Amino acid sequence: QKELQTFLDREQAQARVQQSIHNLTSMCWDKCITSTPSTRFSRGEEGCLANCVERFLDTSLFIVNKIQEQRGQ
Amino acid sequence: MSSLFGGNSASASPPPADVTARKEAVMTQIRNELALASAQELINKTNDKCFAKCVTKPSTALSGSEETCLARCLDRYMEAFNIVSRTYTSRLARERLENPTNAL
Repeated sequence: QKELQTFLDREQAQARVQQSIHNLTSMCWDKCITSTPSTRFSRGEEGCLANCVERFLDTSLFIVNKIQEQRGQ
Repeated sequence: MSSLFGGNSASASPPPADVTARKEAVMTQIRNELALASAQELINKTNDKCFAKCVTKPSTALSGSEETCLARCLDRYMEAFNIVSRTYTSRLARERLENPTNAL
């Protein structure tokens, strides 16, 4: 039924978002948490994680725009 | 809902209760399986990262300090996941509002 298809599309889109979050967490952990983990994050580590996500998305947009530029669009 | 002239319009009548129940059951099962897969991935990644950070020279058993490090690392990785998740979803929402034509 169409309702199931809509549901599946939405769940798949959400699963893709979840996968992106998993990958980003892994990447940003490697970039930002360089010392032995302690009982809480330092302010620098927390900020780095948030920045990491934002900069990754900026990078994504930048690359797409550059490619479109090169293709003359 | 019957029309004034006595006929029934098939698209307006509600589906039988057991069809709806089965549909709900399928949707719930799919949701649960996706959630389980996500949790599994998180556990695997935590395992990898925390082993890498805390068990630098594997010996014949986990030491007390290694176990302490692993416990802390587990908490930190979960916290990192939440921070990334929050930042990512609010950035996506912001992009959709401000730049709907963007590739994000």
